[in-house]
Amino acid sequence: MSDFVLEGRDLTKHFTAARGGRWGRRPPVRAVDDVSLGLRAGTVTALVGESGCGKSTVARLLAQVYPATSGEVLLHGEPVKAHRGAAFRAYRRQVQLIFQDPFASLNPFHRVRYHLARPLRIHGHVRSDADEQEQVAELLERVSLTPVEQFMDKMPHELSGGQRQRVAIARALAVQPVALIADEPVSMLDVSIRLGVLRLLEKLADESGLALLYITHDIASARYFAQDITVMYAGRLIESGEAEALTQSPAHPYTRLLLESAPDPDRVTAPETVRLGEPPSLIDPPSGCRFHPRCPLVMPVCSERVPERTSLGEGRWTHCWAAAHPS
Amino acid sequence: MKIKAGVAILAFFTLMAIAGPLLIGADPAATSNDGLQGPSSAHWLGTTQTGQDILVQIVYGARVSMGVGVLSAVIATLLAVAVGLVGGYFGGAIDETFSVLTNIFLVLPSLPLIIVLAGYLPQRGVASVAVVIAVTGWAWGARVLRAQTLSVRRRDFVEAARASGERPLRIIFFEILPVLLPVIATSFLATVVGAILAEAGLSFLGLADLSTVSWGSMLYFAQNGQALLIGAWWWFIPPGLCIALIGTGLALVNFGIDEIANPRLRTIKVRKARA
Repeated sequence: MSDFVLEGRDLTKHFTAARGGRWGRRPPVRAVDDVSLGLRAGTVTALVGESGCGKSTVARLLAQVYPATSGEVLLHGEPVKAHRGAAFRAYRRQVQLIFQDPFASLNPFHRVRYHLARPLRIHGHVRSDADEQEQVAELLERVSLTPVEQFMDKMPHELSGGQRQRVAIARALAVQPVALIADEPVSMLDVSIRLGVLRLLEKLADESGLALLYITHDIASARYFAQDITVMYAGRLIESGEAEALTQSPAHPYTRLLLESAPDPDRVTAPETVRLGEPPSLIDPPSGCRFHPRCPLVMPVCSERVPERTSLGEGRWTHCWAAAHPS
Repeated sequence: MKIKAGVAILAFFTLMAIAGPLLIGADPAATSNDGLQGPSSAHWLGTTQTGQDILVQIVYGARVSMGVGVLSAVIATLLAVAVGLVGGYFGGAIDETFSVLTNIFLVLPSLPLIIVLAGYLPQRGVASVAVVIAVTGWAWGARVLRAQTLSVRRRDFVEAARASGERPLRIIFFEILPVLLPVIATSFLATVVGAILAEAGLSFLGLADLSTVSWGSMLYFAQNGQALLIGAWWWFIPPGLCIALIGTGLALVNFGIDEIANPRLRTIKVRKARA
């Protein structure tokens, strides 16, 4: 297991609901339950799930933005707890974040140069002003913002969404981290430039041996971009495996539905009618397998007990009673 | 338009305060034998009971009134920024302490407190009056800034700065402060108005340094000399009008800033909006 650069083990996060519950008791929101996830160096791992399923919470737990209710985060196989102060800054040196919205993640009052030079200075990667200039230019070049002299002194509002996201990526790289967590890095970008940013992330993971976690709701882009895919539903992991195998032969009915919901130009006939339904409330999640109220393969056992992990070989596994007891 | 009119008024008074005394060169306290004369070619705004020239006094008074106003607004704004931003950013016990402190100063009746404090001052110089006014007037700004900080600190770029390893004080003063500059400017200008009025009030009550000429102390002596009863309008109208005008100018600039900083109030087309 120690080949994981960054690993989450049995992560659980319960938030306190703002209101609700009887007699003023605030029920917990079970945002994430028993999530285990590992990132390997030079590999892109995707975490896929619909809005509100807890994937951003997993990202923040791994980034130590807030503490887990239970479970632990391991960096290079060693458990870390670093939520504040010097330990938090030291952890930041290893694990960096890319935010979803490039229009909000750059301070409108600072130039591109400032955004890139600060992390270099903080983490002591520069010796002199000339050195700083050189490294900022190199960072801009790595994220393909050329000619660098032009971009260095631009204000964020002078850049497009894609350019801003490239600056944000360069800022994360300036720290020289070993792991990068990208929380929906392209969902706020125009469709036409998404591919460019994804290619860039892929190239960076490849070249500098970064462990990259790509969080998305778009399973098609995950298939294209990631080596491994883990699927999440209502705060629990439901299936994981090598990207191509998982998308070709999904083992869990939810993954199947997710794949069918992606538009496919080659599909001529309308997709089979699927059972309607909404994602469950995380304050009062369904008993047993959380997907059972919407599942086409539902069995009596599904509402009674949470399915254990069923290994399907070649690193693939799923949490599904149908896969555990094939009929 | 508002901001232009306001800036014009302020520029006029600032110029008067800085360059006026040099141009006139007379002593504002110098008495003469032409007491209580109306406006004439010799004394454009007339004279006081003891024959002091009103115009000279107005010009010198601008220095003191505006000096006290700006100095105490600077002190009050520094206090408000420190308390509001630091409390709002850190939250928890620090925020609680600062909030309680702010609330105490908010509910203190400031004029009586200023009077009491000014009464006990060892020497009633311009600077000490400014400090007294600042100490009683910073809380409002601190409260506004704390509320704004609470909203800004949750924005992505603050999270991102924290993620790159920035230290809290650096985040407060380099990431959050620039975003709050319009609010700080607004509260600064409002505090200047408040401080000028407070200084005038103190002087009028005879609690400031009466040996220095300010608009307030002119009103005090006008009142003492029963200017209203004897119909010497030129004695009390100019200082009163100056105070009113400078208040109007500052308020106009404030509205103007608000219109630029708050898009919902924007009526004029701003050619190049900054982010």
